[in-house]
Amino acid sequence: MAKVNDKFELSCPFPFTDYPSITIGHGGGGKLTSQLIEKIFRVFFANRYLDAGHDGAVLEIEGLKLAFTTDSFVVNPLFFPGGDIGSLSVIGTCNDLAMCGARPLYLSCGMILEEGLGTETLSRITCSMKKAAGEVAVQIVTGDTKVVDRGKGDSVFINTSGIGLIEHGRMVGPAAIKPGDAIILSGDVGRHGVAVLAQREGLQFETSLVSDVAHLTPAVLSLFAAGLEVHCLRDLTRGGLATSLVELAEAAGADLVVEESRIAVSEPVQGACEMLGLDPFYVANEGRFVVLLPQSQAEKALSLLKAKEVSAEAAIIGAVSSSASGRGRAVLKTPYGVERLLDRLSGEQLPRIC
Amino acid sequence: MKYLDEFRDPQKVKSLAASLQAITTRAWTIMEVCGGQTHSILRYGIDHLIPEKITLLHGPGCPVCVTPVEMVDLAVEIAKRPDVLFCSFGDMLRVPGSKEDLLGVKAAGADVRVVYSPLDALRLAEEHIEREVVFFAVGFETTAPANAMAVYQAAQKGITNFSILCSQVLVPPAMEAILSSGLNRVQGFLAAGHVCTVMGYRQYEPLAAKYQVPIVVTGFEPLDLLQGLLMCVRQLEAGRFVVQNQYSRSVRREGNRRAMEIIGEVFEITPRNWRGIGEIPESGLGLKDKYESFDARKKFHVNMPEVSGANSSCISGLVLQGVKKPFQCAAFGKTCTPEKPLGATMVSSEGACAAYYRYRLEK
Repeated sequence: MAKVNDKFELSCPFPFTDYPSITIGHGGGGKLTSQLIEKIFRVFFANRYLDAGHDGAVLEIEGLKLAFTTDSFVVNPLFFPGGDIGSLSVIGTCNDLAMCGARPLYLSCGMILEEGLGTETLSRITCSMKKAAGEVAVQIVTGDTKVVDRGKGDSVFINTSGIGLIEHGRMVGPAAIKPGDAIILSGDVGRHGVAVLAQREGLQFETSLVSDVAHLTPAVLSLFAAGLEVHCLRDLTRGGLATSLVELAEAAGADLVVEESRIAVSEPVQGACEMLGLDPFYVANEGRFVVLLPQSQAEKALSLLKAKEVSAEAAIIGAVSSSASGRGRAVLKTPYGVERLLDRLSGEQLPRIC
Repeated sequence: MKYLDEFRDPQKVKSLAASLQAITTRAWTIMEVCGGQTHSILRYGIDHLIPEKITLLHGPGCPVCVTPVEMVDLAVEIAKRPDVLFCSFGDMLRVPGSKEDLLGVKAAGADVRVVYSPLDALRLAEEHIEREVVFFAVGFETTAPANAMAVYQAAQKGITNFSILCSQVLVPPAMEAILSSGLNRVQGFLAAGHVCTVMGYRQYEPLAAKYQVPIVVTGFEPLDLLQGLLMCVRQLEAGRFVVQNQYSRSVRREGNRRAMEIIGEVFEITPRNWRGIGEIPESGLGLKDKYESFDARKKFHVNMPEVSGANSSCISGLVLQGVKKPFQCAAFGKTCTPEKPLGATMVSSEGACAAYYRYRLEK
């Protein structure tokens, strides 16, 4: 008699998610995005590179250390003060490579174009990509084009993947963060998200709001060139400074304690955020990053960063302390001496900004 | 941000906190009415700067939090109609109805859009004459003038494809409901500055006298809140109970006459159901008969659905009445988080539970 196997096991269980379908908040870079990654992508894709939870994967091939990353760009509007989807698509991916401590070398470019897009617009975007690539001597060496029916895309979506070379022996990432590390922020926060929102919604402010989109590679590489023991780097894109600090704290299992009074927010950004009910610590940036390294090297790092235009306003905003519970938290000290918790962005603060 | 920095000055904050410490001799329980004030108190840690003898209770002044489930269900039902372009303030999208929220409906294909002003919704109606544009008119006296203006302009311009789903609520009746409840612990109020900017504070004078509670009209910045508390405690310590105006840079006793005129033109006072509290007489605004063609409920012939029992583990009603603190809820931070809220106080950025979840160290 054949034995009936009543234990039917799914070899690939369908992962549980809270929402039955994707909402716009799943793309916000906050908690919903991280749920999506944890509950779907990491379940199926799990490997040690992905588990490192960094901006890119660090691969060792025949003695060479390479960083590999990818990013897709769906920004609306295509052109905004300080940049456009083209410059953003090159700079964003190069910055992710820089956050691995790598020198960006080669990019791919995948274009999804909507029927009806003006070729003049596409030329402007492509020209802007060329210029942004030239700024850090990166070449765009392979690509792909797809066209979708009118109404099935929003004029242009761009994906870029990038490869960079790691020319030092350090392991840079959340796992290297140690209690006692200083936390350096490279400049004021919130410019990109507010500039894009103001442009899209046609909000008029007395002072101009310009995105901070810029290459971080030269500033980052200057730290490694000086032999500094950089423990971790993170660019503050979707979800802003606060979400990045929480992600790093949780991944490192240590408390990241920062002082509110040391975090710069420009007057136009502060004003716009007050009016719109946004918190600038959660607004996206495209040219800002944090560096974590030993306290003893913080002043040296600061002087190197200040020598570069992109990080001329860098400041030490706090330090890492060990976590009693082992569960890392991001803590903000207010100017009144009170401490409060920073949390990840829930869902979406501003739709489609990068 | 010079104007704002002045009201966040750390030295002045510390000196006001010291004054409050010096005059407080007894235990007092004070409620800040507005969710914006709750948010500021937790964001800046004001509750850690005041004397331990003072207990702050967080009031019902969060429009998103007090919008009843059946109203959200109604919004969902209307938003699902293929001919409808549904406009809402962003916060309302994640408020759970009995089965769905607007965000889920949007993901399933409904045309739901976030606007910053009801006049933006009216503009959409002018641009899409083939569609029915519905604005979810939620809010206290603060949003009422703009919502009234949108309806008034639609009538003036003869725009027929625009309507509002009206869930306007009024603050003073809710304060009276709290004061007259057997569970009441409130001895003094910080009234909501923005609401008084529109309505003035004459309506609060009979409340202060009848229930013998001091009411201080208060702003939203750290210095405003501490000064409001100082004025309130001074009255409590002296056994006085009058209405005072801390927020005098914005608020006049008689309010904003033009704003009140447009509210009076379009709206009339109605009973209203408050989430977590129940029906409060004369606590809402509804469209006058003369504007009924702009009432989405009448236009689409939809009735308030029956909702069977609210989520039993959620104590948002008690939180909204200041009877319980968010930490006292078993679901807080466990089965109830901003991503998966059980009650509206966890959804809105102005909700007390969300503010505690976001800013407090103890979890």
